[in-house]
Amino acid sequence: MLRGGVIMDVVDVAQAKIAEESGAVAVMALERVPSDIRRDGGVARMSDPEMIQEIQAAVTIPVMAKARIGHFAEAQILASLDVDYIDESEVLTPADEANHIDKWDFEIPFVCGATNLGEALRRIGEGAALIRSKGEAGTGNIVEAVRHLRSISGDIRRLQLADSSEVFTIAKNLSAPLDLVQSVAETGALPVPLFCAGGIATPADASLVMQLGAESVFVGSGIFKSSDPASRARAIVEATTHYTDAAIVAKVSRGLGEAMSGQEIAGLETRMADRGW
Amino acid sequence: MRVGVLALQGDVREHVALFDSLGVESIRIRRHEDLGGIDALVLPGGESTTISLLLASSGIRPAVEQWVREDRPTLGTCAGLVLLADSISDGRADQTGIGGLAISVARNGYGRQKFSFEAEVESEIDEVPFHGIFIRAPKIMDVGNEATVLARLNGEPVAVQQGSIIGCAFHPELAGDGRLHERLLSMVESRTKAL
Repeated sequence: MLRGGVIMDVVDVAQAKIAEESGAVAVMALERVPSDIRRDGGVARMSDPEMIQEIQAAVTIPVMAKARIGHFAEAQILASLDVDYIDESEVLTPADEANHIDKWDFEIPFVCGATNLGEALRRIGEGAALIRSKGEAGTGNIVEAVRHLRSISGDIRRLQLADSSEVFTIAKNLSAPLDLVQSVAETGALPVPLFCAGGIATPADASLVMQLGAESVFVGSGIFKSSDPASRARAIVEATTHYTDAAIVAKVSRGLGEAMSGQEIAGLETRMADRGW
Repeated sequence: MRVGVLALQGDVREHVALFDSLGVESIRIRRHEDLGGIDALVLPGGESTTISLLLASSGIRPAVEQWVREDRPTLGTCAGLVLLADSISDGRADQTGIGGLAISVARNGYGRQKFSFEAEVESEIDEVPFHGIFIRAPKIMDVGNEATVLARLNGEPVAVQQGSIIGCAFHPELAGDGRLHERLLSMVESRTKAL
């Protein structure tokens, strides 16, 4: 049960333990955090199973791992390791340019990124159990995640105002499964939890996206690329719980040292959010 | 009547929605002063390590401990059950619960996420079984004499009560099943009458 929590990217056992001690609800085991993937270039793939298993053995909280978009064989391998969740992630280099993984084939729940409501509902149609925003990973820049959250919640609000015949056209325009569009029109919410990922670097960022309707936050490079990861991890956990209480967010934001250095989106060579469709 | 749902982390919203459906006001509890105006307390599911840490850092832990010690009506589900157990067999070394139920639990005793499951649960409190949703659920390994088993799965205890404290390993709030919540509310009513 990950709601109201922080899921932290970790690259080794030591980081996984820091994450757990800081109150993470889960860790994402991967070989390189997104900012390093960006820096190194080349093809980014699923992590070494040995490293994932070491992390599984080291912590009691859930362990997630990433498979490339469309790479169902990587997902099968992760499933065989009994990871708790699989993230079909744009942070890795896509393996299939047309198709995402058929996630109904798996017992293990999948997390998938989405930039808008249509994309979120296509992923849910394919069996995703959790949706997260697809903010530009590794940039320390929250602007893209904010765009995605606002786009999803804005589209949901508009859908609620539509009459039943308009819903068919909206489903067509969103390129999303009709039954899911109808369900969102009725309930005013995605049928699965909506989390935020991409660009979170400070407790204030966590508070912002929680107030914008995210139910939990993923923090990638933001923690272990900062000057004092343990304190920052702790502070982001506190801010995610007390996101409506600015006095507490202010208190935990004090004296955290340098945040990761951020990047302007316009200057990026690769827009990871454009991966997947 | 007003119920408080501990809102540090976990499936708070589902408990709030369930009380809404029962027509009972509920508030989210994040600070110790929030405990002042409530008649019953719910400790929701979530990650028990995260919730324990936030209980300490928010300064709310002593007030919750006192609440349970005074045997005021409390319902813990999943991670909430772990917090209420007197003994945790495989938690982190630094993890200490609140206690209140004379049971021993194994965190994630049913295994990882993949081994989460749904099953019909036989209950002592009603002929209609509960539809039990077990997500990385804690397993009740041992029940002391002070606690009463409320529900069993394949003969093994999955819900217990001791005084006014109820703990259950599954998530009735996710199934929209309000019977344990109603049991909690009826304890508030009988206490109010007694006073």
